[in-house]
Amino acid sequence: MNQLSQTLERFGGVYLLPVFVALVAFVLIGAPSSWVTLTVAGLAMGMMIFLMASGLSLIFGLMDVLNFGHSAFISFGAFISASALAYMSGWLGSAHIGLNLLAIFLAFSAALAFGLVAGWFFEVVIIKPVYHDHLRQILITMGALIVSEQIILAVWGGSPITVQRPAFLEGSWLFGNVTVEIYRAFAFVLGLAVYIALFLVLKRTRIGLLIRAGVENREMVEALGFRIDRLFVGVFMVGSALAALGGAMWAGYETLITPALGGEMMIVVFIVVIIGGLGSVEGTLLGAIMVGLMANYIGFLAPKLALASNMLLMMAILLWRPSGLKPAVK
Amino acid sequence: MTLLSVNQMKTSIGQYHVLHDVTFDVPEGGVFVLLGRNGAGKTTTLRSIMGLWTPSANSVHFKGEDISGLHASDIARKGIAFVPENMGVFGGLTVEENLVLATAKGKFDATRLKRIYQLFPALEQFWTKQAWSLSGGQKQMLAVARAIIEPRALILIDEPTKGLAPSIIDAMAEAFLEIGETTTILLVEQNFNFAKRLGRDMAVIDDGRIVHTGTMAGFAADTALQEQLLSLSA
Amino acid sequence: MTQTTKSPKGALFIKGLVLTIGALLLFAPFLFQDTRSLEVAARICIFIVLVASYDLLIGYTGIVSFAHIMFFGFGAYGAAIALKEMGPGWDAVLLGAAGGLVVSIVVAIAVGLLSLRVKAIFFAMITLATASVALVLASQLSGFTGGEDGITYKAPDLFKTANKLMVDADGKVARLFGVKLNGKLAAYYFVFSTCLVLFILCLRMVASPLGTVLKAIRENEARAEAIGYRVVAYRTFVFCIAAVTASLAGSIYAVWLKYTGPDTALSFSIMIDILLMVVIGGMGTMYGAVIGAVLLVIAQYYLRDLMGVASEALHGVPFLPELFEPDRWLLWLGIIFILLVYFFPKGIAGTLWDKGARS
Repeated sequence: MNQLSQTLERFGGVYLLPVFVALVAFVLIGAPSSWVTLTVAGLAMGMMIFLMASGLSLIFGLMDVLNFGHSAFISFGAFISASALAYMSGWLGSAHIGLNLLAIFLAFSAALAFGLVAGWFFEVVIIKPVYHDHLRQILITMGALIVSEQIILAVWGGSPITVQRPAFLEGSWLFGNVTVEIYRAFAFVLGLAVYIALFLVLKRTRIGLLIRAGVENREMVEALGFRIDRLFVGVFMVGSALAALGGAMWAGYETLITPALGGEMMIVVFIVVIIGGLGSVEGTLLGAIMVGLMANYIGFLAPKLALASNMLLMMAILLWRPSGLKPAVK
Repeated sequence: MTLLSVNQMKTSIGQYHVLHDVTFDVPEGGVFVLLGRNGAGKTTTLRSIMGLWTPSANSVHFKGEDISGLHASDIARKGIAFVPENMGVFGGLTVEENLVLATAKGKFDATRLKRIYQLFPALEQFWTKQAWSLSGGQKQMLAVARAIIEPRALILIDEPTKGLAPSIIDAMAEAFLEIGETTTILLVEQNFNFAKRLGRDMAVIDDGRIVHTGTMAGFAADTALQEQLLSLSA
Repeated sequence: MTQTTKSPKGALFIKGLVLTIGALLLFAPFLFQDTRSLEVAARICIFIVLVASYDLLIGYTGIVSFAHIMFFGFGAYGAAIALKEMGPGWDAVLLGAAGGLVVSIVVAIAVGLLSLRVKAIFFAMITLATASVALVLASQLSGFTGGEDGITYKAPDLFKTANKLMVDADGKVARLFGVKLNGKLAAYYFVFSTCLVLFILCLRMVASPLGTVLKAIRENEARAEAIGYRVVAYRTFVFCIAAVTASLAGSIYAVWLKYTGPDTALSFSIMIDILLMVVIGGMGTMYGAVIGAVLLVIAQYYLRDLMGVASEALHGVPFLPELFEPDRWLLWLGIIFILLVYFFPKGIAGTLWDKGARS
């Protein structure tokens, strides 16, 4: 038994969990083509959720700040990108792939830019006065969430909005009898690229070193001569921008968005960071992939259970590992 | 010459007044030992000097400059290093990363690194290992190495012998004596035998007040005073 | 100790205000003789209990739960399902309320033991997730809960509007000061008296030795633990008490409304209302619950009208009418809420209470 667990650890430990889930699902689903479609969908969903959740996790890890208003960035990202795409609808339909790409690049950039600016505002104006006071932090960020949702309602109205996609991301690829939606593949690749970039920054740069050290022991980093609070503003901005990007990608994935989107995603994002372990980017990725896969597999196998599946997953994992699968070392 | 001067320092944590009147001078060079019972205020004293708690105004002078009220990071940049009781090693970072973080420019000075390898050979051996996998003694070495990877004027060390095996404590004492030749150390200790070997000057703190200052030789010779100030029964 | 040095001025004012509100609620059917006002009064009664029980958690224990509305929903759905299945009768009300109560206790214990040992922030996240699952389940299990449409049913005969409590000489329903003595009146006094009892129980709780322990835990958890209080056990206990109270309030509300659905008993926007009420009224005061509930319920019913007028008046100005749109009232409340948490974290009751002390 001990030997088995050691072998498992060598081959990746908890990182094997998604693989295990995928294998079990393969047996239960039976049809390989459906399984591939579901797995791709799950991975794409997982990467988008990862983008939304990674900032929240890092922000909490670094400063002990839990931003209940985080989902506002997701919503705003989705709506801003949808509006930008609608504005450029001429380019979206164009047969010229360059214009297609430019349109989606500009739309996502708009979401990112908004995330950076709003993140700065949030950190400096809303959260800074209530560092170290969890109760007021929860209340204030919750208040900010209420206000943000109302602003979205005031600007975009309450009815669902259709999101246009660029022509080159429409449709799907056929491999034999396996269909893969192009947008899902795109979402997965883009999400993966962001993860790799984030990973390299955290592992290879001095800023990344400071962030990782700060997550573990903020005080000690300060005693070594660094100002964590200045670093934190930057992390907060980037984390918010990533959430907005995740929201923008999610809008294209869903193609129909409502102002309720932020609230729905917030629950998922919370579950992901709890499962993954707060403060760790790897843990967040793991949690997001797990949630994405489970949602798709269970949605196929037992649709009635689909919405509760995340919750059950969270409870099971909390019972097994109370601080999450891969928490930051504290 | 006085390097660090603490004058009537008072510190409150939340609503509790922990330090009432802490006054002592640390001369330049060698090891200065701050002794005291559990809960006497030793750790709070170090943390207040480091700026991790806020001491009363105008109570800490370093090289003649008032540093009370400065942010911990600014105090660190003035040349004070801190080795906390729990060592403050970053477990998720490798030994190398822990040390590189402590350098000012993100690069190692070859001669200082060599000196660290000589003082603590284990660190070279576990250079690429994550710090959480080190033993308690090795973590303590890493914490001390981190404090001397850059030239510092003063190192604050909080109970480095806590929970360590006697052989490692011996090695630690050797290292401190060597470091003390070039850098001033303010050492907080409960282990009197360890402190006796290192200290030149010393002070005793009790209930948030300095109750005795003098030389270590004098204090070591006066067993009655030791009994009075340090024994648990008093 | 500081309590005794306070001049009672602010405190007296708060107590007087709360007593006045109580008197207004007691005579509400006679003072405001229209159906809408009676709806408002009943809703205020229910929310006072709901917010007071929430204050036990957030104000006295320092834990933030987003699942309070879920317990309210358990109670409401329990009564609703029983009334629907068994027909209108007191046995159905009792059985339904008891059923909701049992579910609430079981879930509260499970959530409490699983997550109260961790940081406050985890608890907030976990309760949020749990409550969202309850909401999803309520809309999914439509055979049982009526899904999005909810359940409509009849209340016990005593509360039927057609029921005559007293008849005059002509056999018509008797009037007292012009108010018909019918089942609606009985229903209102059922809500009022049960809520009064529950609120007084909450007040007693806070004044009891248990309240003192809770305060000790809130002020300094580590020390309370060191003294020997079993912090997790106490917290779980309070969480259960709050859940039970919320559940009972839910059952009462279900009887009053004769309808239970996600929007009246489970939706997250009610949870936000509770949060707004407790913070605006004043956390950790109990009296704040009364003030907060009154203010917000009245705002919900009447502020919209006012904003409609403002929006009309601003017609033609770009964007501003959008912001004063009656549906945007939460926007302004949200801003007020944030400002209150910054500048008056003690809320109305707490701030006024201290005011007397300083002057």
